[in-house]
Amino acid sequence: MSDRNNGKGFSRRKLLAGGVVAAPTLALLHETIPHQGLHEALGGGEHPTPARAADAPASGHAAHAGIPTHANGMGTAGPTFRGGETVDHHANGFNPTEILRDFDYGRTRRLASGRLLREWDIVGADKEIEVAPGVSFPAWTYNGRVPGPTLRCREGDRLRIRFTNGSEHPHTMHFHGLHPAAMDGIPGVGAGIIEPGKSTVYEFDAEPFGLHLYHCHVAPLAEHIARGMYGTFIVDPKQGRPDADEMVMVQHGYNTTFDAEGNQFYAVNGIPFHYMNEPIHVDRAELVRIYLVNVLEYDPINSFHIHGNFFHYYPTGTSLEPTEFTDTVVQGQAQRGICELHFPNAGAFMFHAHKTEFAELGWMGFFQVG
Amino acid sequence: MEARTETASGVGGALGRLPGWALAAGALALIAAALVALALAGGDALPERTGPPVEELAVERTVLEPNRIELSIRNTGPDPVEISQAFVNDAFVDFQADATRIGRLGSETITLAYPWQDGQPYIVSLVTSTGVVIEHDIPAAVETPAADGDFFGLMALLGTYVGIIPVVLGMLLLPAMRRFSSRWVRVLLALTVGLLGFLAVDGALEGLDLASASGGAFGGAELVFLGAGLAFLALTGLDRYLEGRRERAAAAGSRGFQLALMVAIGIGLHNLGEGLAIGSAYAVGELALGAFLVVGFAIHNTTEGIAIVAPLIRERATPSRLLGLGLIAGAPAILGALIGASIDNAELSAFLLGVGVGAIVQVIVQIAPAMRDSAGRVIDAANAVAIAAGALALYLTGLLVNV
Repeated sequence: MSDRNNGKGFSRRKLLAGGVVAAPTLALLHETIPHQGLHEALGGGEHPTPARAADAPASGHAAHAGIPTHANGMGTAGPTFRGGETVDHHANGFNPTEILRDFDYGRTRRLASGRLLREWDIVGADKEIEVAPGVSFPAWTYNGRVPGPTLRCREGDRLRIRFTNGSEHPHTMHFHGLHPAAMDGIPGVGAGIIEPGKSTVYEFDAEPFGLHLYHCHVAPLAEHIARGMYGTFIVDPKQGRPDADEMVMVQHGYNTTFDAEGNQFYAVNGIPFHYMNEPIHVDRAELVRIYLVNVLEYDPINSFHIHGNFFHYYPTGTSLEPTEFTDTVVQGQAQRGICELHFPNAGAFMFHAHKTEFAELGWMGFFQVG
Repeated sequence: MEARTETASGVGGALGRLPGWALAAGALALIAAALVALALAGGDALPERTGPPVEELAVERTVLEPNRIELSIRNTGPDPVEISQAFVNDAFVDFQADATRIGRLGSETITLAYPWQDGQPYIVSLVTSTGVVIEHDIPAAVETPAADGDFFGLMALLGTYVGIIPVVLGMLLLPAMRRFSSRWVRVLLALTVGLLGFLAVDGALEGLDLASASGGAFGGAELVFLGAGLAFLALTGLDRYLEGRRERAAAAGSRGFQLALMVAIGIGLHNLGEGLAIGSAYAVGELALGAFLVVGFAIHNTTEGIAIVAPLIRERATPSRLLGLGLIAGAPAILGALIGASIDNAELSAFLLGVGVGAIVQVIVQIAPAMRDSAGRVIDAANAVAIAAGALALYLTGLLVNV
């Protein structure tokens, strides 16, 4: 088994990347999944120190510390990409671990009226993304990443988004929220379709507060969304929300066969199984707030479920009072909501789509509670 | 005459003096040089293909072991294919492979880790580097029998039951058949033609069916026809050779025995195909073993024994020679069962079924002259009825065994 690691077609890059992600995963799986043979499978029983995601690169020394190459038994231990390999985040230009807590507040300045103006430059770009180890997907992106940047502002701010279409295809930016018709980012209204090489400015007030999204609205709409043109748009309430460890999770998929019948890969924040390999580290002492958005194309619903914990759910984030205390929430396309929770217990807790088919096709991950 | 010679020498006097082999060699060298030049220069003159790479894979063999699914995969398309990921029934799985990039016509074995359940259907999806998904159906998962001594013993037993025993049983009718008048002998031969004709159609259909199911890296339906054509030509050649030897050595053998031998070889090649079907059905767990299968095949194949001895009604035949004929006709079923259960390659099976068809057609051509009545007609009223009866007999007994 181990000779495959040294064999042809197994690059040093992947080996190192594997070591990086294997260390936390190893400790994690060791704690959480009782399974005979898995221990050996994951590299001869070493006990690397669990590392916070941010520290993970430092543990990359463990070059042969445990890419799970032992096929026997992995079948019942759960779904995985081949050999537990991971994608080349560097070549992709984004890493879901970074996307998770990456909120883009834009450039700000005070207007004469005293209001705050926020400005963003968003570029539409065609990009080959390694969506799973060895599988490339010709994506259409905002700012070169899937999902696009999480744009965040406060209720009442003036927003100015300059969209430049660097793609070979026509695109727009259509925001959910309140805005004038001319700013709706659809064909035939206002600036309409933004042709390749052209640009436009979408300008409107930030309202209502809540959790929203944006996406391309050029026909065929389903394809423009499925190719990766979507992102999160957060309008904070004037008074703000309680301090919390905040993160965004965009649920989506990749229809790599382009047959428009379901997806071959499901993910949150860009890469399937990513948070299995790089668990999300959270603290028991801290409130955790998840901005959960579903943009999944071709499948009618998606869902979010967390193990061993319950969260307060704020649909669309437009009310400061939660409507539900639950561990599972179902969302149709463009539905979104805020999940707030405290983790009372330390350890590894899985989260995944409780549409289990999606989970086993990539939409699953771990919280590592410290 | 003279003028033509002069013209020829006028055009190429030097060439005219060269020996034939030198001319051929020169022409071949010229063709080779032109092909090399075309490959080097011609390829650059044409644009690249406009579409995406054509990715095609065929699963040639599936082996199921507890918690493992092993697939032998062949690239049947024009472009190399890289297998990046795999999922089974909508769940990604780990898999082992020596190499995941498969060149044109290349093959690779991949082993997936999956806790499959006995008797359940599965769809294995292979995701290529471009995101294309190639699916392989496992209609009902059954553990693949290990190729050990017990397995070979079982296949030999199966082949004996369905091949040798029924054929030899059919041959037991020879003493009774000797009492027939020459008119009834002709009818019996016509019955044989009916039997063989049905087998030929049956084998051809099965071969075409298999060929269409295979990936087609090495061809599809043409393999059946190629097999049939080669078998027909080979057996015709063999028959002419035996005929020549018999004539030179006057009393070395009889025309009747030679015909019986040809029929036995033809039926033997057919039974190879029958064994293939039985073996591969066993390997995928679709074969209901037991008395019904054995008795069914016995009734079905007993008629084949009659076909072999029909040309011997007016000949002397020792028991050892008869047994030899029985083995020639029946034993290939054992070989077929072994090949079918251990190789299970649709293209090879299609080719071998084609061989059986060609052999049978050749035998029919051989027998036909002996069916002539006094007026020289091959198909008189009685023969027509007999041919129909033969075909119907195999159709009806075939209903007993559905492999």
